[in-house]
Amino acid sequence: MSEHRVIGKPLRRVDGRAKVTGQTRFADDLSLPGMLHMKLLRSTLPHARILAVDASRALALPGVKLVLTGADFPIPFGILPVSQDEHALCTDRVRFVGDPVAAVIAVDELTAYEATALIDVRYEPLATIADSEEALATPEPRLHDYGDDGNVHKRIAFDFGDVDGAMAKSERVFEDLAFFSGNTHLPIEQHATLAYVDGDGKLVVASSTQTPHYLHRALAKVLQLRAAHIRVIATPNGGGFGGKSDPFNHEIVAARAALVTGRPVKIALTREEVFYCHRGRHPVLMKVRTGVRKTERGFEIVGQELETLLDGGAYGSYGVASTFYTGALQTVTYRIPHYRFRGCRTFTNKPPCGPKRGHGTPQPRFLLEVHIDKICTALGIDPAAWRIDNAVPPDSLTANWLRVSSTGLVRCIEAVVKASGWNERRGQLRGDGGVARGLGLACSSYLCGAGLPIYWNELPHSGVQLQLDRSGRVTAFSGATEIGQGSDNVLVAIVAEVLGIDPLDVRCVTGDTDLTPVDLGSYSSRVTLMMGNAAIEAAERARLLLAGAVAEKLNVPASRLVFADRRVFDSEAPENGVEFAVAVQLAEAKHGTLGTTGSYRPPKSPGDYKGAGVGPSPAYSYSAAVVEVEVDPATGWLRVPKIWVAHDIGRAINPVLARGQVEGSVYMGLGEALMEEQAYRRLPPKLSGAHVHKFPSLLEYKSPGTLDMPDVETILIEEPDPNGPFGAKEVGQGPLLPIMPAVANAVFDAVGVRIDEVPITPEKIAKALASTSRRYGPTRFPTIAWPEPLVVPTPADGGDGKATNERPRKRELARGAVIAPPVEGKQP
Amino acid sequence: MATDLIPLGDPSLRQKVRLELVVNEERRDLVIDGYKSLLELLREELQLTGTKHGCELGECGACAVLLDGQLVLSCLVAAVECDGRSVQTVEGMQNGPTLHPLQSCFADAGAAQCGYCTPGFLLAAKELLERKPDATRAEIAEALSGQLCRCTGYLQIFEAVEAAAAQLRGGR
Repeated sequence: MSEHRVIGKPLRRVDGRAKVTGQTRFADDLSLPGMLHMKLLRSTLPHARILAVDASRALALPGVKLVLTGADFPIPFGILPVSQDEHALCTDRVRFVGDPVAAVIAVDELTAYEATALIDVRYEPLATIADSEEALATPEPRLHDYGDDGNVHKRIAFDFGDVDGAMAKSERVFEDLAFFSGNTHLPIEQHATLAYVDGDGKLVVASSTQTPHYLHRALAKVLQLRAAHIRVIATPNGGGFGGKSDPFNHEIVAARAALVTGRPVKIALTREEVFYCHRGRHPVLMKVRTGVRKTERGFEIVGQELETLLDGGAYGSYGVASTFYTGALQTVTYRIPHYRFRGCRTFTNKPPCGPKRGHGTPQPRFLLEVHIDKICTALGIDPAAWRIDNAVPPDSLTANWLRVSSTGLVRCIEAVVKASGWNERRGQLRGDGGVARGLGLACSSYLCGAGLPIYWNELPHSGVQLQLDRSGRVTAFSGATEIGQGSDNVLVAIVAEVLGIDPLDVRCVTGDTDLTPVDLGSYSSRVTLMMGNAAIEAAERARLLLAGAVAEKLNVPASRLVFADRRVFDSEAPENGVEFAVAVQLAEAKHGTLGTTGSYRPPKSPGDYKGAGVGPSPAYSYSAAVVEVEVDPATGWLRVPKIWVAHDIGRAINPVLARGQVEGSVYMGLGEALMEEQAYRRLPPKLSGAHVHKFPSLLEYKSPGTLDMPDVETILIEEPDPNGPFGAKEVGQGPLLPIMPAVANAVFDAVGVRIDEVPITPEKIAKALASTSRRYGPTRFPTIAWPEPLVVPTPADGGDGKATNERPRKRELARGAVIAPPVEGKQP
Repeated sequence: MATDLIPLGDPSLRQKVRLELVVNEERRDLVIDGYKSLLELLREELQLTGTKHGCELGECGACAVLLDGQLVLSCLVAAVECDGRSVQTVEGMQNGPTLHPLQSCFADAGAAQCGYCTPGFLLAAKELLERKPDATRAEIAEALSGQLCRCTGYLQIFEAVEAAAAQLRGGR
């Protein structure tokens, strides 16, 4: 096994051929005989009471089969158990422009669309909340009757160690503010769903979802169906990036429509509707204070305080987790011995925010990487050298009790410093033919799967089943969802590697709740590590069965057998062996039909305080990036010609796909840095004063095109992690994180101004250049009534992972059949 | 070109039209609703779902196909305009079981991640290489600038096009 045949090889991805021939069947590519089409009528007001919905004119239109309204969906849902605040169709209130009010199901799409215009909705407009500060200042009317109070969804407060004492002992305290505008995922595939009742009377929902397991739960709950009688098929996603991780209105409504009509029902959202589904990056206002002490080589952080204020939009979504994530991972990059975190999420009348690539972490990462750059500048220290000196060491515990196993951060920094010519070129590029040039560096870390599942239980996070056929074909079943990131390929590569067969000999069946064991979904960069470990376990169990049978046949000890090149043979006499298919037959004769399982559950986190569940991960990936910019000081025009990025991936299962994930992250980070923004505007009072999406179109929501993409030099650092399959860590999200702050730091290197707000536009640079502060960004952080913090002594303080002032918690572990609904399923 | 939008609910939207066109070298004789776009004709009438939609407003490039050899956004082309013309989609790129060099290079180079924008990119690249077999990196980026991809960051797509161009120039 020392030399891998599949792992680490630049092989064509298992689903590559289907994707270049057009054979990949995305959700809207599916159709069935007798299929009906569905359209949603969405709210035109940002906040209003629904007084009446009259669908009689719509129902009278020839071809209309059914109209559904909020009355059909009394049971709420939501991705998090603590935020069950959505209805498939609004029952009594709409909370943002785009909130769905009614659905029309008709014989064709055009008829359904025409009929939505014939539904009469009477609204009573309510006062609207535009942003977080308005939400704090306007407790009434409340958007929801749950949450901490007023329009505050969640406030959290933690002190890890004696932060006040540490700050008092520091030699200097630096303070910074930043604002990260919201932006959206913009998958090119618009969400689509096909729901139908199968021949045996059970519901099937095929949908572009990253989380079939959670959609399964939501359907069972809202429709009051036995979960065992619902099949969710996650079709390959045409891009997700977090935007297809919530159960969505249209999925549930289509399912009900199929149940009511008895016919297949399909909906494909328009691009405008995709903007309304959103769940994108939260706009976050942030404040940091860092106490430092001088050292021989520079300075060290003695304490840090971080406050975040999140504009959550109209619903909970993943927002509670997002709020925790704006603080949780900040300790994993550089040593922070004492750490204070305060986070607050508000409800506003805008499409709900949620998890986008990096989930809650890019915003504070932007602030902190710029902050570090400013401190280094103030103290005359090379920010690359400081980062190397202060990187979190391997095998350590952070102040907030996160266990870091491996880290390649120092190697990442060294790699981009060398490749970019950082030491020679930084600060030396100014005044080049009227255009100023600069280099900026930033780093980051990210989790490889959340340590705790959304529904706390003791069940595996990922399961893999293998079925072995006499032909030598192996089928791998996994609930993981292919969203383009290459999870099918990871599954096949690992099974093929362990069993010594060709990837083409492995058939994978994924993301189907009827056929595959649960995998929690393609979010939090969890799939390679968790599904990969489950796949290794299943494949190693299969290998044991085969080895036992072959050992008997060849009369050699099983421990001497090698699985490679579609053969099982004696390592000491390689000619003495059998074909893999023969090995399967020998084992099948011995044991009967062959199948094995593997499952994975992350190790227990050492943190044991309320809130310790967000942040732990089996492993953390690390990234470093240097960005080169060109800035025209006359106009503020900004261009990025080159980016160097190094990512500690542990081990690249497939280097071509890994590079693609890094470059895709860099691309998306650059879009956020330079142009992407989910912007709103307020209509004039005579037009209701509503907040409407400024750019619900692909043309006006600017994202980088081919001509905007700089040259990227990608360096994969392979620092195998003991918890990763073959040492592998995540790669899909982490490399996005350093890009935005590296751009900001490069702009400073080029023209000496600080842009403390993302996106970093020419207009902001020009304003900063014209200002006396030489800065563009927020100037104040509102006063927030923080709750009494949980005080958690750090590992260095001799803490035990518990808070000193926590009231006893109710520990509710949901066990067993966690999604069984209260009613008996009957065949309709 | 229509000067007035036909209002929703107007029966003329559904007026049937008959058209004959060649799709992937096969002659088709169809009667369809007059309002349908070429995109809808391909996906809904012919079940050629390899051609994708990302906006249906001409913004994303996912629906790009070749119409008489020219790259068009099929969401912006009325099906009735295609009478007597020839359309090529991703389904028509391979030669029997053999992938077009662009297809195999895209698959090998990581140029297709989620794969949703891929058909549009393939046809845009094909149109370029037929016109300019030795296209430079800058010319490739320019020719593909109407296509959006959210997964790859474009670089592996550029490399795939370059590799395919080399293969095509080599006569393979």
